[in-house]
Amino acid sequence: MYRGKSITELREALDKEEITSEELFNEANKLAHDFQEDYNSFVTIIDDYKIKRRADSTIAGIPYALKDNFSTAGILTTSSSNILKDYVPVYDATVYKKLKKAGGVLVGKTVLDELAMGGTGTTGHTGIVRNPWDKERMIGGSSAGSTSSVALGIVPFSIGSDTGDSIRKPASFGGVVGYKPTYGLISRFGLFAFASSLDHVGVISRNVKDSAIVTDIIKGKDSNDMTSFDSSNINLVDSLDNDIKGKKLFYIKEICDKELYKDSNDEVLNKVLDDFQELIDKCKNLGFEVEEVSIDKSLLEAIYPTYMSISCAEATSNNSNLTGIQFGPRGEGESVEEIMFSARTKGFSELIKRRFVLGSYILQKENQDKLFLNACRVRRLIVEKITELFKEYDGMILPASGGIAPKFNDTSEKLSSRYLLLENHLAIGNFGGFPSITIPFTFVEDMPVGVNITGRIKDDALVLNMANKIESVTGYKDIYSKVGEENV
Amino acid sequence: MYKVVIGLEVHCELETNSKNFSPAPNTFTKIPNINVAPVDLGLPGILPVANKEACRRALFTAQALNCENPDEVLFDRKNYYYADLPKGYQITQNTKPMGINGYLDIMVNGKIKRVLIHDLHLEEDTASLEHHPKYSLIDYNRSGIPLMEIVTEPCMESADEAVTFLEDLRDVFLYLGVSEARSNYGQMRCDVNISLMKEDATELGTKVEMKNINAFNNVRAAIEYEIKRQSELLDKGEKIVQETRRIAEDGKTYSMREKVDAVDYKYFVEPNIPPVKLSKEYLDEIRSNLPELKLSRYLKYIDLGLSEEDAATLSKDRKVADYFEKVIEKSDVATAVNFMTTSILSTLNKLEITIDKLFITPVMLSGVVDLVHKGDISLDHGKKILYQAIDEEKDPVELIKKAGLHQINDETELLKLITSIMDENGEIVRQYVEDGNMSAINFFIGQTMKKSNRQANPNMSKELITKELERRKENGK
Repeated sequence: MYRGKSITELREALDKEEITSEELFNEANKLAHDFQEDYNSFVTIIDDYKIKRRADSTIAGIPYALKDNFSTAGILTTSSSNILKDYVPVYDATVYKKLKKAGGVLVGKTVLDELAMGGTGTTGHTGIVRNPWDKERMIGGSSAGSTSSVALGIVPFSIGSDTGDSIRKPASFGGVVGYKPTYGLISRFGLFAFASSLDHVGVISRNVKDSAIVTDIIKGKDSNDMTSFDSSNINLVDSLDNDIKGKKLFYIKEICDKELYKDSNDEVLNKVLDDFQELIDKCKNLGFEVEEVSIDKSLLEAIYPTYMSISCAEATSNNSNLTGIQFGPRGEGESVEEIMFSARTKGFSELIKRRFVLGSYILQKENQDKLFLNACRVRRLIVEKITELFKEYDGMILPASGGIAPKFNDTSEKLSSRYLLLENHLAIGNFGGFPSITIPFTFVEDMPVGVNITGRIKDDALVLNMANKIESVTGYKDIYSKVGEENV
Repeated sequence: MYKVVIGLEVHCELETNSKNFSPAPNTFTKIPNINVAPVDLGLPGILPVANKEACRRALFTAQALNCENPDEVLFDRKNYYYADLPKGYQITQNTKPMGINGYLDIMVNGKIKRVLIHDLHLEEDTASLEHHPKYSLIDYNRSGIPLMEIVTEPCMESADEAVTFLEDLRDVFLYLGVSEARSNYGQMRCDVNISLMKEDATELGTKVEMKNINAFNNVRAAIEYEIKRQSELLDKGEKIVQETRRIAEDGKTYSMREKVDAVDYKYFVEPNIPPVKLSKEYLDEIRSNLPELKLSRYLKYIDLGLSEEDAATLSKDRKVADYFEKVIEKSDVATAVNFMTTSILSTLNKLEITIDKLFITPVMLSGVVDLVHKGDISLDHGKKILYQAIDEEKDPVELIKKAGLHQINDETELLKLITSIMDENGEIVRQYVEDGNMSAINFFIGQTMKKSNRQANPNMSKELITKELERRKENGK
């Protein structure tokens, strides 16, 4: 059984010819089917092993999963939305092309929140995705299936996308590593756009090294993506074990101070923050210098509305191609307008329509300066503040979430200070395009919680280097939910 | 009488290898949906990649139209839903167009008119629709072709001005080589905004817009029809409705839709194309290729003494003008104009070629012009030789030398020949000397031409023959 094995372990097994790529694929395929009913990780599970060409890369012959918002020629790609439920692309996303070339074996296309908009994993058109550590809880989103398939040990890694925290938040809830690199390190060509200025392609794995291995393969300047950059001087794997002595980290008082939440009587939150301070001590023992810094609270509280304004505005425009004219289910009506109207009315869920209405309102001439352009200004202020701190510090370390994965019936108050700060700071990484990684660091009430490390633009090697060191003291490297194994 | 105010929005497709934001070829074809890449279909996940050459050409055209270039290239999205717009937005320029605050001077009925350019921006063309009674077809070949839009200020006052502007603008495109600008292929088309106001009014009248007119004569027809229609309404004291009209085949305009409120296109900066700073060096490099434009050359030719017609003919096409200017660098202007407007242009028409494909180079033509101008050969002979040179693809000056077509202008040489002819024809000399027979002169001219293989300068020969006969007459006394 190779369930839960890392890329490095699988590579060794393949190289020693203990197992073949096809056997690995078959095992992953079986696991995918076995867990599909309970956890719903996949929109499409690939059943035919059809690797023809032998490749020479670390991931050659190794199974992986791809979020269902990456264009895969000839393979259904739905973005978990009814409006694309039968859409079969004609071209390959750059990421998929690179993984194919490197010999990666696609096991399936994973469920997401509809059109990647949402953080619950409950809004995909094929149903909710469940948390491998507790079926009554969410895995989070939007990269829900990509996270659950890795947390279940089906595949050693998966590809996700991250616009606000869509890789790094579910990684925290799922007890896995979620890494979103610097904006432009990985091409977005073929990723169904949500909010172009915030969208990132990233990796989910069970240890930092695996994320580094995969990213080294899929990164690089792409002539199809003008925002991608040449990173031939960056090698993530090679830098993982560099000495981190004297590297400086900061955490933000206005997010991590227990005093701020003393009225809430939230035991989980208190435990998370206590464990976080314990981790900080471990970091210091590792040789890191860690300091607490203070940032204007109103700036931090502005993260969520700023994120919503910009992402909804861009999303409205980006999804204007979904009209049922070029592709997708054709609407009914007497005129082009009626046909589009009908296709979009039927094709999108209410939540999506709400975001489009918001985005459209925000972009209207009379509102644009106040809502959209102000959001862009606030975004810049936040990025400037963090960039300034990065002059002195090598990275920012924060709990990726203030709690454990919510239950499906949870209705937390979205505008409470806890939500505004603890649950939304990950969007800073998207605002500035900073490299940002979440790794599991504790368990509370038998559920995993992640810590996030964010660093300077294009300093991905250092961020992964630091995360790799911290991973060595958490005791939660290479974990996955062993659900189902007791029956074997 | 009302004062007419016209503003134009001119669209021109740029000539480039690939489309503005996609790798699909930018070529005209009648086979639908073959020049199409995923980007042109607006498929999920596509990203635009800006075409550097299209940007360069738009910046270049903006410079030719005396516009200011921006500090960086930046694109915006214009959001609206329509069947011919697959992405649901058009990538265009709203914040920083390729050029603003420019002008183009044009010559209308002998007077120079300055047409003010509000801006020139670069965008992508839409797909084209073909409507049938029960359905419509979409051809994505046009989707994404680089399109330049030039917006004038409302500053033209007649159909003459508007049409001349369009013609001259097209000549600018052709002069710069940025577009073929064939209106019959829809490569150049325009929207006309027209309003009428009382002569003494200070505010513009209600604007009527006419969209997507291809042929320039339709622009004229539409404007003339609108002037008539709006004048009649105003005469009757009626109000002009702000609306969009179209021109029909009968030359009349018909209302398409009333403009209730201007559409909100929700412009915002295109996030997938990072802004590119424009260095002074880069812009200067582009500017260094600016040719002297048509009007300037026309005025220069007038100063050189050309007729208005000849000046217009020779300045119309940049290659012809460049050719002509090369010829007159050293050669006589009037003779050169004669050759250009007759032999050269008629040959181009006959062979249906452009002047750069003509065998005769400016240097070759210059050689012929010089020989004619010096009187070494006659104009007729020059032209004859030129046609022969074109036919045989040979240097005309070489042909002249080979055929010995040089005139004998040397007095001593001619006199020697004439004397020997007279010595051989004593009887004819006697008839002149004694009987005063004047036809002897013509006889000797004929003989001189014959003996010299028609190379003797006829005027000079006549003069010398007359002189020699007179001398013999004197001597005979």
